[in-house]
Amino acid sequence: MVRIGAFLVGLFFAGWLLVSFLVGAYAYVTEPPAKTVEHEFHLAPKHVSFSFDGPFGKYDQQQLQRGFQVFKEVCSACHSLKFVAFRDLAALGYNEAEVKAIAKQWAIKTPDVDPATGEASTRDPVPADHFPKPFANNVAAAAANNNAIPPDLSLMTKARHHGPAYVYSLLTGFQQQPAELLKEFPDAKTPEGLHYNPYFANLNLAMAPPLTADGQVTYGDGTKPTVDQMAQDVSAFLAWTAEPKLENRHRAGLATVVFLLIATALAYMSYQNIWADKKKAVA
Amino acid sequence: MSFPWAEHYTPKHPVMQWVDEKLPLPRLVYNAIGAGYPVPRNLNYFWNFGVLAGLALVIQIVTGVIMAMHYGANDLVAFSTVEQTMRDVNAGWLMRYAHANGASFFFIVVYLHIFRGLYFGSYKAPREMVWLLGLVIFLLMMATAFMGYVLPWGQMSYWGAKVITGLFGAIPVVGEPIQTWLLGGFAPGNASLNRFFSLHFLLPFVIAGVIILHIWALHIPGSSNPTGVEVKGPQDTVPFHPYYTAKDGFGVGVFLILFAIMLFFAPNYLGHPDNYIEANPLSTPAHIVPEWYFWPFYAILRAFTVDFFFVPAKLLGVLAMFASILLLFFLPWLDTSPVRSGSYRPTFRKFFWILILDVLVLGYCGGAPAEEPYVMISQVFAGYYFAHFLIILPLIARFEKPLPLPNSITDAVLAKYAKADGEPAAVPAE
Amino acid sequence: MASVEHSDGQGLSGGEGVRRRDFINIAAVSFAGVGAVAVVLPLIDQMNPSADVLALASTEVDLSAIQPGQAIKTTFRSQPLFVRQLTPKEIAEADKVDPSTLRDPQTLEERTVDGKKQWLITMGVCTHLGCVPLGAGEGENRGEFGGYFCPCHGSSYDTAARIRKGPAPKNLEVPKFSFTSDTAILVG
Repeated sequence: MVRIGAFLVGLFFAGWLLVSFLVGAYAYVTEPPAKTVEHEFHLAPKHVSFSFDGPFGKYDQQQLQRGFQVFKEVCSACHSLKFVAFRDLAALGYNEAEVKAIAKQWAIKTPDVDPATGEASTRDPVPADHFPKPFANNVAAAAANNNAIPPDLSLMTKARHHGPAYVYSLLTGFQQQPAELLKEFPDAKTPEGLHYNPYFANLNLAMAPPLTADGQVTYGDGTKPTVDQMAQDVSAFLAWTAEPKLENRHRAGLATVVFLLIATALAYMSYQNIWADKKKAVA
Repeated sequence: MSFPWAEHYTPKHPVMQWVDEKLPLPRLVYNAIGAGYPVPRNLNYFWNFGVLAGLALVIQIVTGVIMAMHYGANDLVAFSTVEQTMRDVNAGWLMRYAHANGASFFFIVVYLHIFRGLYFGSYKAPREMVWLLGLVIFLLMMATAFMGYVLPWGQMSYWGAKVITGLFGAIPVVGEPIQTWLLGGFAPGNASLNRFFSLHFLLPFVIAGVIILHIWALHIPGSSNPTGVEVKGPQDTVPFHPYYTAKDGFGVGVFLILFAIMLFFAPNYLGHPDNYIEANPLSTPAHIVPEWYFWPFYAILRAFTVDFFFVPAKLLGVLAMFASILLLFFLPWLDTSPVRSGSYRPTFRKFFWILILDVLVLGYCGGAPAEEPYVMISQVFAGYYFAHFLIILPLIARFEKPLPLPNSITDAVLAKYAKADGEPAAVPAE
Repeated sequence: MASVEHSDGQGLSGGEGVRRRDFINIAAVSFAGVGAVAVVLPLIDQMNPSADVLALASTEVDLSAIQPGQAIKTTFRSQPLFVRQLTPKEIAEADKVDPSTLRDPQTLEERTVDGKKQWLITMGVCTHLGCVPLGAGEGENRGEFGGYFCPCHGSSYDTAARIRKGPAPKNLEVPKFSFTSDTAILVG
């Protein structure tokens, strides 16, 4: 009885899937799905290597400081960094006084309440504060940015496939819309106010190219601030903001794996040892 | 429960004697996973995965209880408390990554455990209850994993919750009220998050309880073995301890090495980047996909694209997805072959490997975007999945001519070493 | 994390005669034990204060608005902190007491910073059972010794916040602090 029921149920599901397949295949052959402009022109991120790649990777503090400078002078006007606190900057090699100064001089102030009147006010950030947001809320952010909300950057490199390479590619990927694209997809012309970028999922990005000219920031360590260099540095910085514990993780991982390899080898020998007398014995 | 020749627990230390008299817990452990449990001497490495699954549950409960110490089950703060755990809590990143990857490893181990059972016929009499309880554990795990994935309140959490509870909406008439009831609202929100957190905390302990039943049921007939031939006498068994504790110790080591590599060097490999974006009810991710361990079932769900008369395709997909798991409950009565182990069933074995391939392809399609050709491929492979269990297995059982079975476990072991003679360092008792 | 199982598996394995002396088994079990201990450390450490809590472990207090005779109640490490500017009369009252007669002998000098004797900074936590004493707010009961009064069990503190009467065993705690300028202190 169970088997007859099962047979019928199986026949139904398998049969109807076959019907569905045939319907789908017929449609696929008669009306092949139209190619989309994203499918044709979207590009995978460029290959770029960072000091923190691989199991032994570490952050390059100098690079993180440069990247932080790019973030401060370029990105922070529109993008928040809400999960990062000023105190975290100690990991970039700044000492306590420097962190304090960076917080105090930060262009955006921390919202506060006036202790006398109870009204909303602002104060200078302190190291314990997270980076204040440039806009009070999403509505304000959208209103100031042509209806597009600049996303928070704290986790950006973990929120995209190939994060650091993606950020780097996006920053250096702004270009004219290719002529072939317009020829093949005449309706896909980049709308007014958007910017063509083949590394962006739908190809048209609300953000204007933020890094436009070499020398846009002036590095204190003498590195030449080319657009490429700035893009790499800020990508590295954002990799750090997304994964500040990467170095601890790599260190702990190495120790753990080495320890486990030895322990497992011992466990294997012990296992062989215990079984030695049982290998071929009849009882 | 056990065989007459099982060793008896005789506490030597007076303290243990005293405890054993008042509460025979040491005796229970001794008879369950100690020297008092005789186990076939020929178990291979596929028999390690039960212990590893237990270990994975322990890892999940320990790291999970810790995560709960730092988590705020409120839609306004859930995402940031998880981030704060990663950044500010001492070793918080370790706990979080261990918990997230621990879930994946739990499923890897359990899937291997299930496929071990499928190949070696462990579901057959007299071990049907072990199999059924195992499936209950599997269902509880799926529920727990789904609710746990909602808790970080990222984009995939939110939209996953919406899609999966939306499945209930496919049920005619009562579907929508059920969906609203599950969520405590019209869309995932604070109420959903809180109940999922509560249940996500509770269910692992229910799982632990069912595991005890699972092991209890196993100890009635004793463990199966790769030949599928039942134990005939003391020469066929060894005490669980130290023989299999030693072997499991090695298995645990290998498991932990793989787990550590994933956890420390590729902790986000199995996750989806979209879950690092805070939940946003106004913007849907480009491709909503569940965690990898649900992909085969997700592929089956999406394979139904054509309405069956008055039954909408969506409902068919939901029914098929649940059926794909529930049919396993009937397996002991679908496969009636008297031969247990796939090693002695040439036809069964071929189809078994086709099933493995089938599930892998379904998994791949389930993780791919819902577009052609993936949907067509899923349709073919989902069709095979149902045909395999519901049509092919019963037929094989009827027509297959099995290979000759060894007389006993010991015979099989001796035959194996006779063949391998000349290599004194042969692997023990595989 | 798993070494518990691991050690379990092997820990018992030394149980029988000859094997107990087996070096390999002992080594394997010892390794499992070490691993288990190493795993427990972060499990314990995670309950210690996190980085964001430690970042708030010091508090700056602006003294410029506090007149002699006034006190403010603020918070330090999530607990009340009393900051009071003593009047000359209160200082004289405190100095008049012979410390050796006190339950917790201390002079006002020992409880304040050199040259800034008028600034009395104490935790607002009664040393008896942790209630918040009265006396920092305007018009609150300051007890019979003119300092602070704990309403829970009637502990009275004098103008130097020393325990004078009632069940409390100690003077109100003076936290570590330093003057960052003439009108500001950093506590902690």
